[in-house]
Amino acid sequence: MDSFNAIVQVLDSTIRLSVPLLLACLAGLYSERAGIFDIGLEGKMLVGAFAGAAAASVFHSGFIGLGMAILISVAFAMVHGFASITHRGNQIVSGVAINFVAAGSTIILGQAWFQQGGRTPALQPDERFEAIVWPGADVLRGVPILGPIYSELISGHSILVYFAFAMVPFTWWVLFRTRFGLRMRAVGENPAAVDTAGISVAWLRYRALICTGVLTGVAGAYLSMVQNGGFVKDMTAGKGYIALAALIFAKWKPVNAMFACLLFGFLDALSIRLQGTPLPVIGKVPVQFMQALPYVLTVILLAGFIGKAIPPRAGGVPYVKER
Amino acid sequence: MSTPYAKLPAWADYGLIPLINLSVAFIVAGFVVMLVGENPFRAAVILVEGAFGKGTGIAFTLFYATTFIFTGLSVAVAAHCSLFNIGTEGQAYIGGLGIALVCLSFDSVLPWWVIFPIAIVAAAVFGALWGFIPAYLQAKRGSHIVITTIMFNFIAASVMVYLLVGPLKPAGSQAPQTRNFLAGAELPKLNWIIELFGAKIRSAPLNICFLLALVMAFLVWLLIWRTKLGYEMRTYGHSPKAARYAGISETRIILTAMMISGALAGMMALNPVMGDQHNVAIDFVSGAGYVGIAVALMGRLHPVGIVLAAILFGMLYQGGAELAFEMPAISRDMIVIIQGLVILFAGALEHMFRPYIQAVFASFSPKAVGIEAVKGKGA
Repeated sequence: MDSFNAIVQVLDSTIRLSVPLLLACLAGLYSERAGIFDIGLEGKMLVGAFAGAAAASVFHSGFIGLGMAILISVAFAMVHGFASITHRGNQIVSGVAINFVAAGSTIILGQAWFQQGGRTPALQPDERFEAIVWPGADVLRGVPILGPIYSELISGHSILVYFAFAMVPFTWWVLFRTRFGLRMRAVGENPAAVDTAGISVAWLRYRALICTGVLTGVAGAYLSMVQNGGFVKDMTAGKGYIALAALIFAKWKPVNAMFACLLFGFLDALSIRLQGTPLPVIGKVPVQFMQALPYVLTVILLAGFIGKAIPPRAGGVPYVKER
Repeated sequence: MSTPYAKLPAWADYGLIPLINLSVAFIVAGFVVMLVGENPFRAAVILVEGAFGKGTGIAFTLFYATTFIFTGLSVAVAAHCSLFNIGTEGQAYIGGLGIALVCLSFDSVLPWWVIFPIAIVAAAVFGALWGFIPAYLQAKRGSHIVITTIMFNFIAASVMVYLLVGPLKPAGSQAPQTRNFLAGAELPKLNWIIELFGAKIRSAPLNICFLLALVMAFLVWLLIWRTKLGYEMRTYGHSPKAARYAGISETRIILTAMMISGALAGMMALNPVMGDQHNVAIDFVSGAGYVGIAVALMGRLHPVGIVLAAILFGMLYQGGAELAFEMPAISRDMIVIIQGLVILFAGALEHMFRPYIQAVFASFSPKAVGIEAVKGKGA
């Protein structure tokens, strides 16, 4: 029973750790499917986290915080769009720039406004998104096997967790069952064809980037308002890049993205759990190895050793209307 | 890449446009300073005085510039081959490992002028190897170099943390770093050059690596514009198809470019490790690899431009430290914002002002921009 509880606990923290990855990964999915590479997921999450925590602590409302996180994150996405769609700049360069501006400005503004070394004030319970306890979770806790699964794994998460997982089927539906999704996929594969059909390539791509901004904003808000009771500098710590890796791992498909993020979240949860405890066969695994594993897996996948990841064909190429 | 823009006179292309882009970046940075509640003009004065006001300041500025020349050249060499090497950070980190191995083995037996060349080679080889794997994967397996180099930065960080808290850490020490090198692995300082001009210097880390960086800048210029290899790299960078048609081996050119790039990145580690810290510590690169991207873009991938841009960023680093002292609201992270803005305006939004400048030029003398300018104006 002890080992079962341990497994449930690891899976529970897997869910918690994979939520920001999942949101960022789906965010990347929208922009990359529309043909815009987005290295700037990391930066947008970071500004979202900062704006969310800052607004929540000033206005004493979690929802204002969430709204602010989304707003600022979308604004950064629009800068990316302005550079890479309107001015046809290099999308990777623009994404890198956004990451730097985000990393620097959150610290500078955080220090200037709150004077806590780049942190925002610790959020009070009513300024955060609290765990939602599902009906009967406490009663069923005692039931063997199903009880802990229901009360730990399924119940007792914040609303943003359920939102993140609900976004998976929603994104699938948008992408494969709506006109917007069809056009978005087309613009990522063959923008000239979309243009010929009389649909604005730029406006489609901007809309895709708005979706990206909204989702990275929520991801950031989750980090600073749910996982952590406030903003800490550089709190995304490379999650944007792992999300990017998960996106490639998932071959740009929403359901795969969920599994990829759960896998990376699981690795993270496992490395925290196993810190210092030796494994039966292999012996003691260095924490750093577990931390590097998502990156190593992505490199191996990219190299085509586990199936082949084929990106959207027009990805990274600015669209120039023929004259 | 085809540019849908008409030609401008060379001085406008290489002088005016970068200058405008840079000014816009600094104006936006000025707004951030205002947002923090400080006077941007006073901040600028403190920054420049801190960087160039005293001998010590100049020495520190050049010390930081040395680091950025290496990383800037590294990014530029790859960029000439249209490869975006974001992995400079990780390559420099691993280069530090090469230096550590050399210094820890020989610092008690050999003098610095023997160790230095060995360390240069070790740093270059380790950096080049760390650049080789992504390059190989790009050339042979078609995986995107940007993603792989980002992944390799994280893998490098994990490897180095593992080594520095484990095997490389001296017994009984708590700090995650190697033992301090002995005198044999300390590079001579260059402060006397500045003292020749009458300025006084209290301990500054400017060292012989500065000269090495300048030599490397010259060699990169030689490589890119005066050798067959450089010509092939630029050809591949402009049009992979044309390069293939001309019989240039894609694999060879990608591998060579990335290994040279990695080697230059690895050599960056010489400056902080052997010239200043005298040990290899966790995160000693501290973002210099990413600064290299800004430096290379601002220097328009030309070694002369890169040296100038590196000095500018050295100034920002040194002056920024003084600024943080004078205006506590503005910490050193201000530089990260400026760096991002420079990358944004000099890199991604490079062409933003071009149509307007073209229009201005065309109104003065239509000949200077050619007839195409009329067509290109709508761009």
